[in-house]
Amino acid sequence: MLTISFLPYAEIENLGPYQRIKKILNTVKDKKILILEGRLRREEETELIKVTMEEIDKTFKGIELAVIYPGETVGDTILAKMRVGMLNMLLGDRQGLTIIGPATIVKEIKKDPNNIELLTIDGKASRARPRQGSATKRAKRPSR
Amino acid sequence: MANWFNGFLGKLFSNLFKKRGKLKLGIYGPPNGGKTTLANVICKDWLGEELGTVSNVAHETREIQIKEEVNIKSGGKELTFNIIDTPGIATKIDYEDFMKAGLKEKEAKKRAKEATKGVIDAIKWLDQVDLVLVVLDATQNPYTQVNITMIGNLEARKIPVLLVANKIDLKKSSVKKIEAAFPQYRVVPISAKYGTNMENFYKELFKLAG
Repeated sequence: MLTISFLPYAEIENLGPYQRIKKILNTVKDKKILILEGRLRREEETELIKVTMEEIDKTFKGIELAVIYPGETVGDTILAKMRVGMLNMLLGDRQGLTIIGPATIVKEIKKDPNNIELLTIDGKASRARPRQGSATKRAKRPSR
Repeated sequence: MANWFNGFLGKLFSNLFKKRGKLKLGIYGPPNGGKTTLANVICKDWLGEELGTVSNVAHETREIQIKEEVNIKSGGKELTFNIIDTPGIATKIDYEDFMKAGLKEKEAKKRAKEATKGVIDAIKWLDQVDLVLVVLDATQNPYTQVNITMIGNLEARKIPVLLVANKIDLKKSSVKKIEAAFPQYRVVPISAKYGTNMENFYKELFKLAG
Protein backbone atom coordinates (compact mmCIF):
# COMPACT_ATOMS: atom_id res chain seq x y z
CA MET A 1 0.00 0.00 0.00
CA LEU A 2 1.25 3.43 -0.94
CA THR A 3 1.05 6.11 1.74
CA ILE A 4 1.19 9.77 0.85
CA SER A 5 1.86 12.21 3.64
CA PHE A 6 1.26 15.96 3.36
CA LEU A 7 3.44 18.34 5.33
CA PRO A 8 2.23 21.95 5.56
CA TYR A 9 4.97 24.56 5.36
CA ALA A 10 3.91 25.90 8.77
CA GLU A 11 5.24 22.71 10.35
CA ILE A 12 8.79 23.31 9.18
CA GLU A 13 8.77 27.09 9.00
CA ASN A 14 10.37 27.61 12.39
CA LEU A 15 12.72 24.66 12.28
CA GLY A 16 16.44 24.93 11.59
CA PRO A 17 17.89 23.39 8.40
CA TYR A 18 19.01 20.15 10.07
CA GLN A 19 15.68 19.66 11.86
CA ARG A 20 13.78 20.25 8.62
CA ILE A 21 15.85 17.67 6.81
CA LYS A 22 15.52 15.13 9.63
CA LYS A 23 11.74 15.62 9.72
CA ILE A 24 11.51 15.01 5.97
CA LEU A 25 13.85 12.03 5.99
CA ASN A 26 12.11 10.41 8.97
CA THR A 27 8.84 10.45 7.03
CA VAL A 28 10.46 9.10 3.87
CA LYS A 29 12.36 6.41 5.79
CA ASP A 30 8.99 5.37 7.15
CA LYS A 31 8.20 4.37 3.54
CA LYS A 32 5.87 7.27 2.87
CA ILE A 33 5.80 9.64 -0.09
CA LEU A 34 5.98 13.12 1.31
CA ILE A 35 4.36 16.13 -0.29
CA LEU A 36 5.73 19.28 1.27
CA GLU A 37 3.96 22.57 0.82
CA GLY A 38 6.61 24.92 -0.54
CA ARG A 39 10.26 24.15 -0.89
CA LEU A 40 13.49 23.94 1.01
CA ARG A 41 16.11 26.62 0.58
CA ARG A 42 18.63 25.83 -2.15
CA GLU A 43 21.42 25.06 0.31
CA GLU A 44 19.01 22.84 2.26
CA GLU A 45 18.21 20.84 -0.88
CA THR A 46 21.91 20.07 -1.27
CA GLU A 47 22.17 19.28 2.43
CA LEU A 48 19.20 16.92 2.04
CA ILE A 49 21.15 14.97 -0.60
CA LYS A 50 24.20 14.90 1.68
CA VAL A 51 22.29 13.68 4.74
CA THR A 52 20.45 11.13 2.58
CA MET A 53 23.80 9.70 1.51
CA GLU A 54 24.90 9.51 5.15
CA GLU A 55 21.78 7.55 6.05
CA ILE A 56 21.85 4.97 3.27
CA ASP A 57 21.93 1.46 4.69
CA LYS A 58 20.56 -2.04 4.01
CA THR A 59 16.93 -0.88 3.98
CA PHE A 60 17.14 2.78 2.99
CA LYS A 61 18.50 3.23 -0.54
CA GLY A 62 18.01 6.94 -0.90
CA ILE A 63 15.30 9.24 -2.19
CA GLU A 64 13.62 10.49 -5.32
CA LEU A 65 12.99 14.19 -5.20
CA ALA A 66 11.21 16.81 -7.28
CA VAL A 67 10.45 20.45 -6.64
CA ILE A 68 7.99 22.53 -8.61
CA TYR A 69 7.64 26.22 -8.03
CA PRO A 70 6.34 29.19 -9.99
CA GLY A 71 9.67 30.97 -10.50
CA GLU A 72 11.26 27.92 -12.08
CA THR A 73 10.60 28.84 -15.68
CA VAL A 74 9.74 32.48 -15.48
CA GLY A 75 9.22 34.13 -18.83
CA ASP A 76 11.59 36.72 -20.22
CA THR A 77 9.17 39.61 -19.90
CA ILE A 78 9.73 42.22 -17.23
CA LEU A 79 6.13 41.81 -16.10
CA ALA A 80 6.55 38.06 -15.54
CA LYS A 81 9.75 38.63 -13.59
CA MET A 82 8.13 41.35 -11.50
CA ARG A 83 5.18 39.10 -10.73
CA VAL A 84 7.44 36.28 -9.58
CA GLY A 85 9.52 38.78 -7.60
CA MET A 86 6.39 39.97 -5.80
CA LEU A 87 5.31 36.39 -5.07
CA ASN A 88 8.77 35.63 -3.70
CA MET A 89 8.57 38.66 -1.43
CA LEU A 90 5.15 37.73 -0.14
CA LEU A 91 5.34 33.94 0.07
CA GLY A 92 9.06 33.09 0.02
CA ASP A 93 9.68 29.35 0.17
CA ARG A 94 6.00 28.65 0.82
CA GLN A 95 5.36 28.61 -2.93
CA GLY A 96 5.25 25.41 -4.96
CA LEU A 97 5.47 21.78 -3.90
CA THR A 98 8.25 19.40 -3.00
CA ILE A 99 7.72 15.70 -3.56
CA ILE A 100 10.06 13.26 -1.86
CA GLY A 101 9.76 9.49 -1.89
CA PRO A 102 11.91 6.57 -0.79
CA ALA A 103 13.93 5.06 -3.65
CA THR A 104 12.66 1.61 -2.66
CA ILE A 105 9.12 2.72 -3.60
CA VAL A 106 9.55 5.57 -6.08
CA LYS A 107 11.43 4.52 -9.18
CA GLU A 108 11.55 7.90 -10.84
CA ILE A 109 9.94 11.30 -10.76
CA LYS A 110 9.83 12.51 -14.34
CA LYS A 111 9.68 16.23 -14.54
CA ASP A 112 9.52 18.81 -17.24
CA PRO A 113 8.78 22.50 -16.77
CA ASN A 114 5.03 21.92 -16.95
CA ASN A 115 4.24 18.69 -15.18
CA ILE A 116 5.55 16.02 -12.91
CA GLU A 117 5.03 12.28 -13.15
CA LEU A 118 5.80 9.81 -10.39
CA LEU A 119 6.63 6.23 -11.26
CA THR A 120 6.53 3.65 -8.51
CA ILE A 121 8.84 0.67 -8.43
CA ASP A 122 6.29 -1.67 -10.03
CA GLY A 123 6.51 0.56 -13.09
CA LYS A 124 2.99 1.90 -13.04
CA ALA A 125 2.85 5.63 -13.54
CA SER A 126 -0.14 7.42 -12.18
CA ARG A 127 -2.01 9.51 -14.69
CA ALA A 128 -4.18 11.22 -12.10
CA ARG A 129 -4.30 14.98 -12.03
CA PRO A 130 -4.69 16.86 -8.75
CA ARG A 131 -7.53 19.03 -9.96
CA GLN A 132 -9.55 15.89 -10.65
CA GLY A 133 -9.45 15.15 -6.93
CA SER A 134 -6.80 12.42 -7.05
CA ALA A 135 -4.33 11.81 -4.25
CA THR A 136 -1.83 13.38 -6.66
CA LYS A 137 0.88 11.16 -7.91
CA ARG A 138 1.06 13.43 -10.90
CA ALA A 139 0.99 17.09 -10.11
CA LYS A 140 0.53 20.01 -12.43
CA ARG A 141 2.68 23.08 -11.87
CA PRO A 142 0.99 25.47 -9.46
CA SER A 143 -0.41 28.47 -11.24
CA ARG A 144 1.49 31.73 -10.97
CA MET B 1 28.37 40.86 10.39
CA ALA B 2 30.46 37.70 10.78
CA ASN B 3 28.88 36.29 7.60
CA TRP B 4 29.63 39.49 5.72
CA PHE B 5 33.24 39.42 6.93
CA ASN B 6 33.66 35.74 5.95
CA GLY B 7 32.16 36.48 2.54
CA PHE B 8 34.50 39.44 2.11
CA LEU B 9 37.56 37.35 3.04
CA GLY B 10 36.43 34.54 0.73
CA LYS B 11 36.00 36.94 -2.15
CA LEU B 12 39.36 38.60 -1.45
CA PHE B 13 41.23 35.27 -1.49
CA SER B 14 39.29 34.09 -4.52
CA ASN B 15 40.23 37.28 -6.37
CA LEU B 16 43.87 36.91 -5.33
CA PHE B 17 43.90 33.43 -6.86
CA LYS B 18 42.20 34.70 -9.99
CA LYS B 19 44.79 37.45 -10.38
CA ARG B 20 47.52 34.86 -10.11
CA GLY B 21 45.68 32.89 -12.79
CA LYS B 22 45.35 29.75 -10.65
CA LEU B 23 41.78 28.60 -10.51
CA LYS B 24 40.16 25.63 -8.86
CA LEU B 25 37.96 24.15 -11.56
CA GLY B 26 35.37 21.70 -10.22
CA ILE B 27 33.89 19.13 -12.58
CA TYR B 28 30.42 18.21 -11.34
CA GLY B 29 27.41 16.37 -12.68
CA PRO B 30 25.26 13.27 -12.34
CA PRO B 31 26.88 9.82 -12.58
CA ASN B 32 27.95 8.59 -16.03
CA GLY B 33 27.79 12.03 -17.63
CA GLY B 34 31.44 11.85 -18.68
CA LYS B 35 33.13 14.01 -16.03
CA THR B 36 36.27 11.90 -15.79
CA THR B 37 36.41 11.43 -19.56
CA LEU B 38 36.39 15.22 -19.93
CA ALA B 39 38.98 15.65 -17.16
CA ASN B 40 41.14 13.07 -18.94
CA VAL B 41 40.89 14.92 -22.27
CA ILE B 42 41.88 18.22 -20.62
CA CYS B 43 44.79 16.62 -18.75
CA LYS B 44 45.93 14.69 -21.82
CA ASP B 45 45.76 17.86 -23.96
CA TRP B 46 47.84 19.98 -21.57
CA LEU B 47 49.82 17.58 -19.38
CA GLY B 48 50.10 14.54 -21.60
CA GLU B 49 48.64 12.26 -18.93
CA GLU B 50 45.17 11.18 -17.82
CA LEU B 51 43.51 11.85 -14.48
CA GLY B 52 41.36 8.79 -13.72
CA THR B 53 39.75 5.63 -14.97
CA VAL B 54 36.41 5.55 -16.75
CA SER B 55 33.77 2.84 -16.89
CA ASN B 56 30.25 2.20 -18.12
CA VAL B 57 29.23 1.20 -14.60
CA ALA B 58 27.98 4.25 -12.70
CA HIS B 59 30.00 5.71 -9.82
CA GLU B 60 33.38 4.67 -11.22
CA THR B 61 34.79 7.85 -9.66
CA ARG B 62 34.16 7.56 -5.94
CA GLU B 63 36.87 9.85 -4.65
CA ILE B 64 37.79 13.43 -5.46
CA GLN B 65 40.62 13.40 -8.00
CA ILE B 66 42.80 16.46 -8.39
CA LYS B 67 45.32 17.42 -11.00
CA GLU B 68 47.25 20.54 -10.07
CA GLU B 69 48.97 23.12 -12.24
CA VAL B 70 47.26 22.43 -15.53
CA ASN B 71 48.29 25.26 -17.87
CA ILE B 72 45.72 25.80 -20.59
CA LYS B 73 46.20 28.14 -23.55
CA SER B 74 43.38 29.57 -25.61
CA GLY B 75 43.02 32.69 -27.77
CA GLY B 76 46.54 33.91 -26.95
CA LYS B 77 45.93 33.69 -23.18
CA GLU B 78 47.18 31.22 -20.61
CA LEU B 79 45.56 30.20 -17.35
CA THR B 80 46.56 27.70 -14.69
CA PHE B 81 43.88 25.45 -13.27
CA ASN B 82 43.71 22.91 -10.50
CA ILE B 83 41.27 20.40 -11.94
CA ILE B 84 38.97 18.74 -9.42
CA ASP B 85 37.08 15.75 -10.78
CA THR B 86 34.23 14.83 -8.44
CA PRO B 87 32.06 11.71 -8.00
CA GLY B 88 28.63 11.88 -9.60
CA ILE B 89 25.91 13.49 -7.50
CA ALA B 90 22.91 11.23 -6.88
CA THR B 91 20.00 11.01 -4.45
CA LYS B 92 19.95 7.21 -4.35
CA ILE B 93 22.53 4.48 -4.44
CA ASP B 94 21.54 0.81 -4.42
CA TYR B 95 24.18 -1.92 -4.49
CA GLU B 96 21.73 -4.12 -6.41
CA ASP B 97 22.06 -1.76 -9.39
CA PHE B 98 25.79 -2.52 -9.45
CA MET B 99 25.02 -6.24 -9.31
CA LYS B 100 22.76 -5.81 -12.34
CA ALA B 101 25.78 -4.23 -14.06
CA GLY B 102 27.74 -7.43 -13.44
CA LEU B 103 29.46 -6.86 -10.09
CA LYS B 104 29.50 -9.51 -7.37
CA GLU B 105 27.50 -8.78 -4.20
CA LYS B 106 30.49 -8.03 -1.97
CA GLU B 107 32.05 -5.79 -4.59
CA ALA B 108 28.71 -4.08 -5.28
CA LYS B 109 28.13 -3.32 -1.59
CA LYS B 110 31.64 -1.90 -1.28
CA ARG B 111 31.12 0.24 -4.36
CA ALA B 112 27.79 1.52 -3.01
CA LYS B 113 29.34 2.46 0.32
CA GLU B 114 32.21 4.27 -1.37
CA ALA B 115 29.80 5.98 -3.77
CA THR B 116 27.71 7.45 -0.92
CA LYS B 117 30.88 8.84 0.65
CA GLY B 118 31.90 10.18 -2.75
CA VAL B 119 28.65 12.16 -3.10
CA ILE B 120 29.15 13.65 0.38
CA ASP B 121 32.73 14.65 -0.48
CA ALA B 122 31.66 16.17 -3.80
CA ILE B 123 29.08 18.34 -2.00
CA LYS B 124 31.64 19.38 0.64
CA TRP B 125 34.03 20.43 -2.13
CA LEU B 126 31.51 22.99 -3.40
CA ASP B 127 32.99 25.31 -0.75
CA GLN B 128 36.43 25.06 -2.34
CA VAL B 129 35.93 25.60 -6.07
CA ASP B 130 36.21 28.86 -8.03
CA LEU B 131 34.52 27.72 -11.26
CA VAL B 132 32.39 24.73 -12.13
CA LEU B 133 31.78 22.68 -15.23
CA VAL B 134 28.51 20.80 -14.95
CA VAL B 135 28.85 17.85 -17.29
CA LEU B 136 25.54 16.50 -18.55
CA ASP B 137 24.88 13.50 -20.74
CA ALA B 138 23.11 15.08 -23.72
CA THR B 139 21.21 11.86 -24.41
CA GLN B 140 19.45 12.05 -21.03
CA ASN B 141 16.66 14.30 -19.75
CA PRO B 142 18.50 17.30 -18.27
CA TYR B 143 15.49 18.42 -16.25
CA THR B 144 16.21 16.28 -13.20
CA GLN B 145 16.02 17.52 -9.65
CA VAL B 146 19.66 16.61 -9.01
CA ASN B 147 20.76 18.88 -11.87
CA ILE B 148 18.40 21.67 -10.81
CA THR B 149 19.49 21.44 -7.16
CA MET B 150 23.18 21.34 -8.06
CA ILE B 151 23.00 24.28 -10.47
CA GLY B 152 20.74 26.26 -8.08
CA ASN B 153 23.21 25.70 -5.27
CA LEU B 154 26.11 26.93 -7.39
CA GLU B 155 24.05 29.97 -8.35
CA ALA B 156 23.33 30.69 -4.68
CA ARG B 157 27.07 30.50 -3.97
CA LYS B 158 27.75 32.82 -6.92
CA ILE B 159 30.12 30.30 -8.48
CA PRO B 160 30.41 30.73 -12.28
CA VAL B 161 29.03 27.71 -14.13
CA LEU B 162 29.50 26.38 -17.66
CA LEU B 163 27.21 23.57 -18.78
CA VAL B 164 28.91 20.92 -20.87
CA ALA B 165 26.58 18.92 -23.11
CA ASN B 166 28.59 15.73 -23.50
CA LYS B 167 28.13 12.69 -25.76
CA ILE B 168 27.05 14.67 -28.83
CA ASP B 169 28.49 11.84 -30.93
CA LEU B 170 25.41 9.81 -29.98
CA LYS B 171 22.29 10.05 -32.15
CA LYS B 172 19.95 10.48 -29.19
CA SER B 173 21.80 13.55 -27.94
CA SER B 174 19.99 16.87 -27.76
CA VAL B 175 21.89 20.02 -26.83
CA LYS B 176 18.69 22.03 -27.33
CA LYS B 177 17.02 20.23 -24.43
CA ILE B 178 19.82 21.29 -22.11
CA GLU B 179 19.69 24.86 -23.41
CA ALA B 180 15.92 24.90 -22.90
CA ALA B 181 16.16 23.49 -19.36
CA PHE B 182 18.80 26.01 -18.25
CA PRO B 183 18.37 29.06 -20.50
CA GLN B 184 20.36 31.37 -18.22
CA TYR B 185 23.60 29.38 -18.70
CA ARG B 186 26.04 28.96 -21.56
CA VAL B 187 26.08 25.44 -22.94
CA VAL B 188 29.03 24.01 -24.83
CA PRO B 189 28.44 20.80 -26.80
CA ILE B 190 31.29 18.28 -26.88
CA SER B 191 32.10 14.63 -27.23
CA ALA B 192 34.74 14.03 -24.58
CA LYS B 193 35.18 10.47 -25.83
CA TYR B 194 36.28 11.64 -29.28
CA GLY B 195 37.63 15.08 -28.29
CA THR B 196 35.02 16.82 -30.48
CA ASN B 197 34.64 20.61 -30.20
CA MET B 198 37.31 20.90 -27.50
CA GLU B 199 38.71 24.10 -29.02
CA ASN B 200 35.36 25.77 -28.54
CA PHE B 201 35.15 24.26 -25.06
CA TYR B 202 38.45 25.93 -24.06
CA LYS B 203 37.22 29.26 -25.45
CA GLU B 204 34.09 29.00 -23.31
CA LEU B 205 36.16 27.99 -20.30
CA PHE B 206 38.30 31.12 -20.67
CA LYS B 207 35.16 33.26 -20.98
CA LEU B 208 33.93 31.69 -17.74
CA ALA B 209 37.24 32.38 -16.01
CA GLY B 210 36.79 35.98 -17.13
